[in-house]
Amino acid sequence: MSNAVFIKQHFGHAEKNNYLNVSKGWKSWAFTLDHKRIGVMYLIGITTALLLAGVFALVLRSELFIPGKMFLTEAQYNRMFTLHGAIMVFSFIIPSIPAALGNFVLPMMLGAKDVAFPRMNLMSFYLWVIGTFFLVVAMLTNSLDTGWTFYTPYSIRTSTGVVAATFGTFVLGFSSIFTGLNFLVTVNTMRAPGMTWFKMPLFVWGIYATAIIQVLATPILGITLLLLIAERVLQIGIFDPKYGGDPVLFQHFFWFYSHPAVYIMILPGMGIISDLMAVYCRKKIFGYSFIAFSSVAIAILGFLVWGHHMFTSGQSEVVTLIFSAITFSVAIPSAVKVFNWLATMYKGCISLVTPMLYAMSFIFLFGIGGLTGLFLGALRTDIHLHDTYFVVAHFHYVMVGGTLTALFGGLYHWWPKMFGRMYNELWGRIGCLLVFIGFNLTFFPQFVMGSRGMARRYARYDPEFQIFHQWSTVGALILGAGIVIAIATLVHAVFRGKLCGGNPFGAASLEWQSSSPPSFHNFDHKIVLNDPYDFDSQIYDPDLDSYVQRSFTVPGQEPVPGKPQTV
Amino acid sequence: MLKIPVSLLAQAEDLPIPEYQWGDYFFPVQAAEGAAENDFLFWAILWISTLFFVLIVVLMLYFAWKYRRRPGHEKALPSSSHNTSLEIIWSVIPSIILVWIFYAGANGYFQSRVAPESAEDIWVTAQQFSWTFTYADGDSTPSELHLVVNRPVKFTMESRDVLHSFFIPAFRQKQDIVPGRYTYTWVKPTKIGTFRLYCAEYCGDNHSLMIANVTVHATEEDRKAATKWDWDLYAQTDPVKNGQRLFQLNCAGCHKIDGQRSTGPPLNGIWGKQEPVLSGTRLVDEEYIRESILNPNAEIVSGYTTPSQMQSFDGKLNDDQIMWLIFYIKSLADK
Repeated sequence: MSNAVFIKQHFGHAEKNNYLNVSKGWKSWAFTLDHKRIGVMYLIGITTALLLAGVFALVLRSELFIPGKMFLTEAQYNRMFTLHGAIMVFSFIIPSIPAALGNFVLPMMLGAKDVAFPRMNLMSFYLWVIGTFFLVVAMLTNSLDTGWTFYTPYSIRTSTGVVAATFGTFVLGFSSIFTGLNFLVTVNTMRAPGMTWFKMPLFVWGIYATAIIQVLATPILGITLLLLIAERVLQIGIFDPKYGGDPVLFQHFFWFYSHPAVYIMILPGMGIISDLMAVYCRKKIFGYSFIAFSSVAIAILGFLVWGHHMFTSGQSEVVTLIFSAITFSVAIPSAVKVFNWLATMYKGCISLVTPMLYAMSFIFLFGIGGLTGLFLGALRTDIHLHDTYFVVAHFHYVMVGGTLTALFGGLYHWWPKMFGRMYNELWGRIGCLLVFIGFNLTFFPQFVMGSRGMARRYARYDPEFQIFHQWSTVGALILGAGIVIAIATLVHAVFRGKLCGGNPFGAASLEWQSSSPPSFHNFDHKIVLNDPYDFDSQIYDPDLDSYVQRSFTVPGQEPVPGKPQTV
Repeated sequence: MLKIPVSLLAQAEDLPIPEYQWGDYFFPVQAAEGAAENDFLFWAILWISTLFFVLIVVLMLYFAWKYRRRPGHEKALPSSSHNTSLEIIWSVIPSIILVWIFYAGANGYFQSRVAPESAEDIWVTAQQFSWTFTYADGDSTPSELHLVVNRPVKFTMESRDVLHSFFIPAFRQKQDIVPGRYTYTWVKPTKIGTFRLYCAEYCGDNHSLMIANVTVHATEEDRKAATKWDWDLYAQTDPVKNGQRLFQLNCAGCHKIDGQRSTGPPLNGIWGKQEPVLSGTRLVDEEYIRESILNPNAEIVSGYTTPSQMQSFDGKLNDDQIMWLIFYIKSLADK
């Protein structure tokens, strides 16, 4: 086989015999063990959850356009924000990047054929489906109104469907644990020969640090929710003072999971941004080991700061002081990452395509999200700002401005790999711009009204806050339009996009050493290990309009089918 | 003086909305000790953050423009991929700034937590979805907190049901109220006027209506005039007024008087009518009202939750007080 034919077959566009069409029929998807198909199914699932929870957000933002009642009663409003928060957190953000993109990309980045436990991977997806089903049905039929935090004793006394909803969340927790465990074992045991820890792409480091948290923290949530169910059903006296329990104990348990969960949400996003920065600046990432270690440092420190959600809860002053101090220590590794990304851009060769625009948008929005955390970490100012819209704006800047932006950046980056087709650049950029403008318009006014005293979870409000709420509502509509355009552009690409080769962006990590879309086995040839940030290793091939690893282009050195090899 | 039971009280919609008093751009007026310190720290963090943020964004945009991929620039320029001293510098400088923010925040926090010895005591009772304030001389006020300017107050707070949070933005003070224990906070108001008090911890359906007004008076006499209620006088002259006051203190959080349904049924226009109850219908008369106050589960109105969310007032209201409440509900017959 000549070199050109070999390259076209293994690094070009794979019209036939890719993972999407290797087998047909719904059973070939429903019972698939292929990490790529599971990743795609997860992607469809989380996108559905995102749109559903997004609609609830638009409903409640519309209600807030005027101070008094527009079309929702107070009780209906409370159900709306509970639906929005619970679906977004448990069914969308937590599984989003690891389970959808991570599933697809991580094994290929390691040069592996699949994850360590493919059956467990499929099980994780079905647990997600079951958990989400329970959560959504419980909330819609029994109108859950506790907020996503399930704070006691209200969650014990309300007549709404707490047991079914917490059961759904409990199942979703297992889905998350399965994904985390799978990725831990995969990264530890299935790296291509020669790929040492510090030759892994930074997205893998992000996912690995996330997986540690998923495995260690999620069981706490499971136990807490079971105790909550037990308290409701059996009145055993743990959380409700009526039976001798302590409601603040629930908050400790809840945040012992839910604060690390914030890092489950953001660490994979940071991993994506690190890789996007390098690829689109065509430059080795600056301070690789600092970024890698900062992910692990954030994961560890993230376990020690849960009390900063509870500065006004009545916990002791000394405990409060300690939590404030540790909280500030988490700021450092996050700041270091931002500086490293900037240094990567310095003297780079920067391509301002859609994924890079999302990466820059991430730095802007995550910058605001991170810096406003300082106001909340400082005890004096937190007393005033706690449970106001300032907090709402802060965590939306981190979770939406951070995680959702990174997810879109990652999707646009890996979309040609996943479906073998290119998205429309113009519409990609329009979507990104609208998301950016709409997001800032929605959430920046919330900082101002929060510090002026607008409390969270209010269906009605005093007239002086109205102008900020109106900006915010208009922004939410623009943000919604931006998200729909961004998703529509991706969907359009799947069916109508321009065909593309195996590595259109010239990225150097291993997942690009394959055809687009990849074959069922990912790699049908020996892969060649190179530094994931050495972009000189990729040679442009005009025939394919795509890049190919240098070794494969040398005549007489045709790599052969078989197991991965190291060069 | 009559002992007044402390529990549910007036509806927030009935409260006048005080005029919002501006402070600087991010805050309402500074109306208590500690507010200026809080605002100073906020602005200090804001300026530090703005400095770093502008630096980051300007560099990002500058690099994106200067090093954009274009004909003649299709390869990254040679540069180092790591620089230990640079990385240490940009870790250590932010760390020093963070230590200062932590210290300033902790310092202000302890000042906001420890009440001076001279502080007067006021009890705060929070209940879905209303506030009651009880003063050292035994007076109680529903939905209105009355303070004296420059006089520090220590609040001892209890919740009758779920979590609530005591939040006065103009005083920059907040403390959760936890059922089953007392929590404490304090303020020293420095400005005469009326301000808002919000419940900041989600507590159920009408959480956003759980609001009170805080009025700061110039003198103790002005305050006393606002909190005083002469039960004996009205018992002689106009018992309906006593009934109305008791209604505001005890019932108005769940029962409206404008025909709207709330946690409980509205109590206007029901006197002398047949009310649909679970076992059929029931004539609303003195006996039914007395029974409903003492044993809420006896005859629950159709369409409301079973068992009733209302607690029994047996032992909390005496016979005179029940009589005044009956007078009051009777006076609402045609409304």
